[in-house]
Amino acid sequence: MDGDLSLQDKKDLDKFIKFFALKTVQVIVQARLGEKIFTRSSSSPTGSDWFNLAIKDIPEVTHEAKKALAGQLPGIGRSMCVEISLKTSEGDSMELETWCLEMNEKCDKDIKVSYTVYNRLSVLLKSLLAITRVTPAYKLSRKQGHDYVILYRIYFGEVQLTGLGEGFQSVRVGVVGTPVGTVTLSCAYRTNLAFMSSRQFQRSAPITGIIVDHFVDPPFNSQRPPTMGHPCNYRAPDDEEGGPFPGVQDSQEVCTTSFSTSPPSQVSERPLAPPPLLLLSFIPVTLSFFSFPMLMLYPVKEGGVASSPAPPAPGADAHLADPAPNTPCSRYYPPPPPRLLHVACLSRSLTPADPLEFLNTFTRKVGAFVNKPNAQVCYMTLELLLFSLVHPPDSPPCPSPLQASLHSESSEGSGQQEDFVMVDFRPAFSKDDLLPMDLGTFYREFQNPPQLASLSLNISSQSMAEDLDSLPEKLRIYEKNIDEFDAFVDMLQ
Amino acid sequence: MNCRSEVLEVTVEARQVEEAMLALLHTVLLHRSTGKFHYKKEGTYSIGTVGTLDIDCDFIDFTFVRVSSEELDRMIRKAVNEFKDALSNSGSDGMGQISLEFYQKKKSRWPFSDECIPWEVWSIKVNVVNLANEQERQICLEKVGEKLGEKVINVVEVINRHEYLPKMPTQSEVDNVFDTSLKDVQPYLYKISYQITDTLGTSVSTTMRRLIKDTLAL
Repeated sequence: MDGDLSLQDKKDLDKFIKFFALKTVQVIVQARLGEKIFTRSSSSPTGSDWFNLAIKDIPEVTHEAKKALAGQLPGIGRSMCVEISLKTSEGDSMELETWCLEMNEKCDKDIKVSYTVYNRLSVLLKSLLAITRVTPAYKLSRKQGHDYVILYRIYFGEVQLTGLGEGFQSVRVGVVGTPVGTVTLSCAYRTNLAFMSSRQFQRSAPITGIIVDHFVDPPFNSQRPPTMGHPCNYRAPDDEEGGPFPGVQDSQEVCTTSFSTSPPSQVSERPLAPPPLLLLSFIPVTLSFFSFPMLMLYPVKEGGVASSPAPPAPGADAHLADPAPNTPCSRYYPPPPPRLLHVACLSRSLTPADPLEFLNTFTRKVGAFVNKPNAQVCYMTLELLLFSLVHPPDSPPCPSPLQASLHSESSEGSGQQEDFVMVDFRPAFSKDDLLPMDLGTFYREFQNPPQLASLSLNISSQSMAEDLDSLPEKLRIYEKNIDEFDAFVDMLQ
Repeated sequence: MNCRSEVLEVTVEARQVEEAMLALLHTVLLHRSTGKFHYKKEGTYSIGTVGTLDIDCDFIDFTFVRVSSEELDRMIRKAVNEFKDALSNSGSDGMGQISLEFYQKKKSRWPFSDECIPWEVWSIKVNVVNLANEQERQICLEKVGEKLGEKVINVVEVINRHEYLPKMPTQSEVDNVFDTSLKDVQPYLYKISYQITDTLGTSVSTTMRRLIKDTLAL
């Protein structure tokens, strides 16, 4: 098979596959950074943009990819995989998707390496750009922040899909035939993201102090388990410091994009300057819901009148550290009434027969995801059902299955009747960035309105007597002005 | 050579028409655009670089990637806006179809004009619906996003079959295959046209055929 391929073609093909693998990793990781990507078109070829596509190189990602490849190339039986996972602030992690670059034995001996294969690999990269925005993990990654981050892991060898849970789906990005085999790029992604009680998460050390825009070093040190991935959003080391990843200057090969018109002939190479190091900063995006069938419970805050908590200021990572007893965080507090819980079920197709039982299933997990009311979320009527479970302030405490299920620690004592434990109340359709909690404040204030004065017996009887007394006088006035009223009615007709 | 024809069908609200069309048309054009060709003396050529840009839709829960070219985006938006206006003028429950056709020119001898031979046509059938309340709109916002994702996957699947593509032209023939009028990218020659049908599905007098490029001009 290789004997039919000229030495130059073989060399070119290996180079194309190598850089295609590196660019594939870049596209996937950059699509999970949590921000929109923009690169400029350039009418003049720069010589450093492989496959005629402007794809920036994050040095650390390139380093990790090369480390995983370890000098090998994706080939038959040797797949390069990029695993994307999610890790919450409490240390739970979950695999979201696995991108696989594989090669099978089907060869296309007649294809031109330096021309057709190159162009088709370019098309495949464009397809990858499009598909990475379509899989479910994209929306998750756009909303990552201080409650969860998206991680990536690159490995080489056999594809591992068991971590994706049951019912995972696959999408094929595309294939490119080459004289040595067919390159296939595909993605397998998780479909079931529900936090069930018998979950498949791995507990690991919780993330602490992880405000991602203040990192200088990556949030995970080198002692982390090899199964844990790298975060997709951290600030790369400054260029002047050199950094642990000096970039691609020492190993970047220039890409030659000079083609012949008819017939395709040998590519002429010319040395070009190595590309400059690119420094990328990753801007965290505030959190929001993501559209998966999931039930989320809001953390309970202790003390005081509930007001909209300000989003954690940059650097304010207390809520993610191990909580002090009085720190608002994802803990449960004993529930003297009233207790407001805002639960949003994101699956519109989910209509539980027993909402309370349904809620109980999910009450083990709290605080992993923070609601952002201005997200595009559709709240089910479950929300209204839950509000109906809330008792008014003066009613006796009535244990409900929901309240019972929320007890995760022993009660702080019985003298809590007067302490109101208010949750972060966020009514639907209210926006945090405009007059925060205006709607919420209104709702709370008018939830228990005073009784109407006119409904009280004394006042109503008094007013009725007055009305009866004034009736004769009113009748006299109306009879006096009867002509005026008739003229008005005629005018209307 | 037979023209390859692909049909995509979407059901959207009126306010989603523009973004849905842009998403699909730009996805196709992303794959059908290259960098600018620079021909050299020895008969070889080099190719410029295509940049990309993520676009978040406002009325659909969807993000798509387009070529980083404002000129190209303006031309596509112009065609889509014309289609959208024609749809809205036709009535609230209109149906329509917008087509993106890639073609190559074949030179003819005088006095005949150049022949335009289509080699790939993408037709997007649009069904506009009216929704009664905000809850339905919210559902539609996400559902249309999911549907567009499926359509993008369909587009990618077709394109990666690597079926017929025009042969790379010589310098003298590049204008017969590519649109070289843009300064930053070079899509294959294309034209966009649309048809509007009313709720009865009949072709009415409002059927129009607008060409972005006047291929019949001498």
